[in-house]
Amino acid sequence: MTGGLPGAAPDERPHPDGRRNSQGVRIDPEVEAEPEPRRAVLSATVKHEPGVLAAVSGLFSRRQFNIESLTVGPTEDENRARITLVIEEPDPGVEQAKKQLEKLIPVISVTELDPSASQRELALIKVDGDAPDQVQSVAEMYGGEAVDASQETVTVEITGSRQKINAAVDTFRRFDIREVVRTGTAALERGAEETR
Amino acid sequence: MSEQVPPTTQTEAEAAAADTDEGAEDAPKGVTTGASSVVRALENTGAEYLFGVQGGAIMPVYDALFHSDLNHVTMAHEQGAAHAADAFGIVSGDPGVCLATSGPGATNLVTGIADASMDSDPMIALTGQVPTDFVGNDAFQETDTTGVTDPITKTNYFAGDEDTVGDVVGEAFAVASEGRQGPTLVDLPKDVTQAETDVEPGEAQTPDTYNPPEEADDDAVEAAADTIAAAEKPVILAGGGVIKGEATDELRAFAREYEIPVITTMPGIGAYPEDDDLSLEVAGMHGTGYANMAITHCDVLVGVGTRFDDRLTGGVDSFAPEADVVHVDIDPAEISKNVHADYPLIGDAGRVIDQLDDELDRRPDPSDRYAEWREQVQAWKTEYPMDYATPDDEPLKPQFVVEVLDEATDDDTVVTTGVGQHQMWAFQFWNYTEPRTWVSSHGLGTMGYGLPAAIGAKLAADDDQSVVCFEGDGSFLMTIQELSVAVRENLDITVAVLNNEYVGMVRQWQDGFFEGRRMASEYSWCPDFAKLAEAFGAQGHTVADYDGVEDAVEAAVEYDGPSVIDFHIDPEENVFPMVPSGGKNGKFALQADHLDQL
Ligand SMILES: Cc1ncc(C[n+]2csc(CCOP(=O)(O)OP(=O)(O)O)c2C)c(N)n1
Repeated sequence: MTGGLPGAAPDERPHPDGRRNSQGVRIDPEVEAEPEPRRAVLSATVKHEPGVLAAVSGLFSRRQFNIESLTVGPTEDENRARITLVIEEPDPGVEQAKKQLEKLIPVISVTELDPSASQRELALIKVDGDAPDQVQSVAEMYGGEAVDASQETVTVEITGSRQKINAAVDTFRRFDIREVVRTGTAALERGAEETR
Repeated sequence: MSEQVPPTTQTEAEAAAADTDEGAEDAPKGVTTGASSVVRALENTGAEYLFGVQGGAIMPVYDALFHSDLNHVTMAHEQGAAHAADAFGIVSGDPGVCLATSGPGATNLVTGIADASMDSDPMIALTGQVPTDFVGNDAFQETDTTGVTDPITKTNYFAGDEDTVGDVVGEAFAVASEGRQGPTLVDLPKDVTQAETDVEPGEAQTPDTYNPPEEADDDAVEAAADTIAAAEKPVILAGGGVIKGEATDELRAFAREYEIPVITTMPGIGAYPEDDDLSLEVAGMHGTGYANMAITHCDVLVGVGTRFDDRLTGGVDSFAPEADVVHVDIDPAEISKNVHADYPLIGDAGRVIDQLDDELDRRPDPSDRYAEWREQVQAWKTEYPMDYATPDDEPLKPQFVVEVLDEATDDDTVVTTGVGQHQMWAFQFWNYTEPRTWVSSHGLGTMGYGLPAAIGAKLAADDDQSVVCFEGDGSFLMTIQELSVAVRENLDITVAVLNNEYVGMVRQWQDGFFEGRRMASEYSWCPDFAKLAEAFGAQGHTVADYDGVEDAVEAAVEYDGPSVIDFHIDPEENVFPMVPSGGKNGKFALQADHLDQL
């Protein structure tokens, strides 16, 4: 290549000792400090109008947020819907996800819920119907109930925390699971505190 | 109808007819259709120019424009319409408006909308859509325009109701210009624009869920001021937000009061005068050595209205590694997105700078403590000057061409560019002193941006303000058809093609990082641009050596209309300094063999 400008070559220049991590946070280069991802439950109230869900899900996929679940449904106010989002991100990512959500014009408010918030998920588990009584008793152990039965299959409904549903699905494996469907997490703050 | 700009969608006879019933036009006609409501909403916002291309689904809106005073500029391609509207927005500060029909018209706008989005430029796009009953049926010229443009607009609207369509357009206009600016889009189904309504649109306003912050939190300002007051090596990094937020005066006064060196980002060019001692010009991939050294060694960095793009930061791990970052931005989502902000100040740039200033005034003047740092910075200016060799026997150097054009024009001249090496030379070797005089595609890096942008810029500029467009041969070829528009409108634009018979920036990377395999980067097949300019009806010049530069520049600048100068420059010339992609800002290459050391 031609061209070229005067001045000291790269190696002859003074260099600082400092460093930032991949999130742009200044760190002590001796001690590695990359933030760990955590599970965050975000709740957003949005205008109840077409296109909002697409805008929200598009935002999350385009910005590469690690999304675990997304549920949406109407609220007590017919003009508003609530979206509950569970994401797995380091702290700066959680903050960024909140701010990006807040930026969407039809989004009214966004909060991150306390880990102690009421969090529920629902699963329908369809298993082989060879031993309906045993299926029924396992379902009862998880506070669930059979909602459909045929010659060949039994379908059980379980509601609860994500951990409980994971455990239930594991337990039902002994009956040969045919199909499982799960909703994402729906969540509200505990007590009188309003989930904005 | 404005005096300077001839009507473009009307024949002379029609225009004359329209002129004769001027008396009747004094009494504004009421809204009669959705389309006339759209036009009324645009008129209410004070829009002057619309850039667009006709077509089936948008025809009702064009029909409603027939008797409007709005100036419609017919472009050769919708991409040109979007870039022209974008540039109009940058130069005037008010949203530029572009129009297109459904389907291909709308998709042709996409590049220009994405470009405006990446650079936070105020713009509104109005697109025709198939009638509501056909939507979703893959009807002729149907595209899911709101779906396609969702990720590249600040917000967009499907206008489904003739009674509210005018208000929707007003809201789109308001959202585009308030807070962090950006493009908005309104999709207009043909049945809605054709439907009868007499509802007059109300005042343009943003929705109640949209409340951009004004002032930063007082405690945060206090903490930031403490840090600046205690610093020894501060720099200010002024981004495009300073210009968009009309905070240039506040920023200049602040920097001068405390004598803090100022670096700009590329979109921030013009925020601070480059001929001032405190200016270090632009940092980043092709920024000056002194700006990149200052960023690398500063202890406090005050970023205002910047999004810390990777072309600026290089690898974030090595960006301003010793600095506490004060980040002023109106968009909370920009805070700590790329670089962690130790002192986030969310609010309007000008207001927050004033807040910082008030707070610093309560402390002893820190500028003496910065004296040693200022000296260091000046020493770097001497060590890494922006220079190039101009031996007579060598092919023409592009940097020389930029300098001659700068000399031949006034300080308030607007420069627009395509994307590539020529864009870099155009900012490195031109002296920018005023805001809104640098119009370029930064975030998206869109080749072909320069010429249509020059058209929008010229119409937004003051009558006596010149417009110079720098293009590469590759970029120019991408939207060259818009020369027909510049000729038709008789726009006084000088296009300087820095013709290296390569897509030079690609060739530079191939030489630097792909062992010189020049795959698909030779453009020796480009047409004779001067002849082509003449074919379009513009003035054309070809210059191949130093002797011809000044005469051609003089002739082109003198000429009252569009002119094109095809400068045949050194095809092997490269852009330096250079920080390789993801590299360390303090380790820029000053010449080719430095690249091996990085
Ligand atoms: C629309 C588009 N396509 C491709 C690119 C990739 N690209 C970036 S710079 C460049 C070369 C530009 O060549 P030219 O316009 O001749 O300018 P030069 O670098 O030679 O000054 C290319 C192909 C781009 N930025 N935009």
